[in-house]
Amino acid sequence: MSLAERLWRFHGGISLPGSKGLSTAEPLRNASIPDILVHPLSQHVGAPAEAIVSPGDVVLRGQPIAKAAGYVGSPVHAGSSGTVVEIGARPVPHPSGLSAECVVIRTDGEDRPFRGYDPLTNYRTLNAPALRARVRECGIVGLGGAAFPTSVKLNVGVGLKSLILNAAECEPYISCDDMLLRHRAEEVILGAQVMMHALEIRNCCIAIEEDKPEARAALMAANAGIADDRIEVTVIPAIYPAGGERQLIQVLTGREVPADGIPADIGYLCQNVGTAAAVARAVLRGEPLISRVVTVTGSGVASPANLEVRLGTAVSHVIAECGGYTESARHLVMGGAMMGFPLDRDDLPVIKATNCLLVASKDDIRPRDAALPCIRCGDCAQVCPARLLPQQLQWFTRADDFEQVEALNLYDCIECGCCDLVCPSHIPLTQYFRFAKTEIWARKREREQSDHARERFEARKARVEEQARERQRRLEAKTRALGKVGKDEAARKAMIDEVMKRVREKKNAGSSEVDPE
Amino acid sequence: MIAAIIAITSLAALFGLLLGFAAVRFRSEGDPVVERIDQLLPQTQCGQCGYPGCRPYAEAIVAGDADINRCPPGGESTIRSLADLLDREPKPLDPERGVEKPKLVAVIHEELCIGCTLCIQACPVDAILGAGKQMHTVIESECTGCELCVEPCPVDCIDMVPPAPSLATWRWPRPAPNPKPGRRVAEAG
Repeated sequence: MSLAERLWRFHGGISLPGSKGLSTAEPLRNASIPDILVHPLSQHVGAPAEAIVSPGDVVLRGQPIAKAAGYVGSPVHAGSSGTVVEIGARPVPHPSGLSAECVVIRTDGEDRPFRGYDPLTNYRTLNAPALRARVRECGIVGLGGAAFPTSVKLNVGVGLKSLILNAAECEPYISCDDMLLRHRAEEVILGAQVMMHALEIRNCCIAIEEDKPEARAALMAANAGIADDRIEVTVIPAIYPAGGERQLIQVLTGREVPADGIPADIGYLCQNVGTAAAVARAVLRGEPLISRVVTVTGSGVASPANLEVRLGTAVSHVIAECGGYTESARHLVMGGAMMGFPLDRDDLPVIKATNCLLVASKDDIRPRDAALPCIRCGDCAQVCPARLLPQQLQWFTRADDFEQVEALNLYDCIECGCCDLVCPSHIPLTQYFRFAKTEIWARKREREQSDHARERFEARKARVEEQARERQRRLEAKTRALGKVGKDEAARKAMIDEVMKRVREKKNAGSSEVDPE
Repeated sequence: MIAAIIAITSLAALFGLLLGFAAVRFRSEGDPVVERIDQLLPQTQCGQCGYPGCRPYAEAIVAGDADINRCPPGGESTIRSLADLLDREPKPLDPERGVEKPKLVAVIHEELCIGCTLCIQACPVDAILGAGKQMHTVIESECTGCELCVEPCPVDCIDMVPPAPSLATWRWPRPAPNPKPGRRVAEAG
């Protein structure tokens, strides 16, 4: 039975102009390897990786340079062969603009490969743990933009109803999945087969938005070539944010993923098509994740295109590969127009989550007018794909009433920006929700820290009191001993002499140690 | 008449017994209000409130000896939650007690430290490591920023500095009342 006999709708959403043609005119090509690669140790969800190389070490392309720390974590691999020149804090692409630990490699231009991962060409021998181990050691994370470790996401038990491959790519401007499918659709299908085999899933649905006919045709052709009738391609309407995992599952199945659950709870596993291709490379060719397709687009860049870029390449290098900036370039954004974040410099590295570099001109930008008071029109609630009440959330966030904000299911917000876009008062709603999320986390952290401080304070108090009691006890014991001797002058004198002798011996020993007394 | 008196008396006796039993059987240890106030205090243990720690302050609030606006590290938000809990009017922080400021942590200039252990004795949460005539150092993750170690240092080698920002603890800024234009790109043709 096919997964999507009919299509459903998710709540809200907006039809946005795609603006994808800009970057799909040129074929997918490889970007050149720069002299310097900067690999941040934290480019995934979870604990930062731990460096396992030192400055001066010679590394090969694909050699692990940092190991995963913790279950939710991922290793990092060298983007090309060369020498490690530095391990230290460097600016990283992050909304905060902060620096974080990076491994810096000076490439030698030879691009010699590391052969530490054997191709597992007969993937039918793989079981789920073996697949997960390979995916983990190859550093694969969700390439749709979230960068969640794929090995963790694959840890869902076996025998789910369906594997869903997400090729919806609903954000305006981004076309990296589109171009990947046009050029390497076969890889995506092989990746799907590997995951279906290991997790014993019987069918797979590749969902693609209707505005990508070329990619769909390429996918159909590849599927016909491989002749796997378990895999079907489903065309879905182009409504933003259909590419959200929960929204896509709703479109295909009509079922909602529970708020505090994961898709596997209702029998589905959802992966981005780029991730599937990376899984195929890791398993069938033994290639770790060292490059990804990046869309370079916007009217601020001379010749927009999609490039296969080595991770760690500077943004400025990638822009230069596309002819550099035009005169109208004003804003640099990493990610899409809706969910991306602005970069205030271009010497930052491309990381696993970098799906798009958007260079916008003045005309691309909707000027953010000053926010006006909310008029309670309710438009935000009508477009919210998670069926939240953005207006209420905003009120409570402004009042710092985070208990209410959590009660209104803030964490279901996917930060798609629909409410922002339709708000007639130009209220930066998404910014409120991002602020509220990090603020709530920070407060939880503070609470944990203060609980910890209380414990330590009380432990110290108990110790100090115990020491005082102990001292008191010793004093009393001595007084008692003296009391027992009573009025016998000779015995008293003998006792005092004995103590004096002990003190003298101690002095003679010449020890400079401080007596704890 | 007599029946009514007997009925009321026996009922009174019965309920009295019940209450007496409950008072013994379900006796609560400690004062739950003190616990709840202590939960809301920041546990800096700095003593700026005039009491030797957060819990003594919580006890003083319950006893009616201290007002709810004497905790500078907790600041306005703590005063507000205390006011909520105790059903009182929030009031501004008592300026005699200090001013609210962002959290700082102590750092010892290790080349200046003479190893006198005075700061170790002052630290309420055992966040300073060291021994007599050995260099001391602050365990940053344990430091509550109470500043109690600064005063006793005879060589003035302890500074209070803001903790280093990191990706894990970074927060999105609160939206400005009038956001600047052009932070978000959208709807281009």
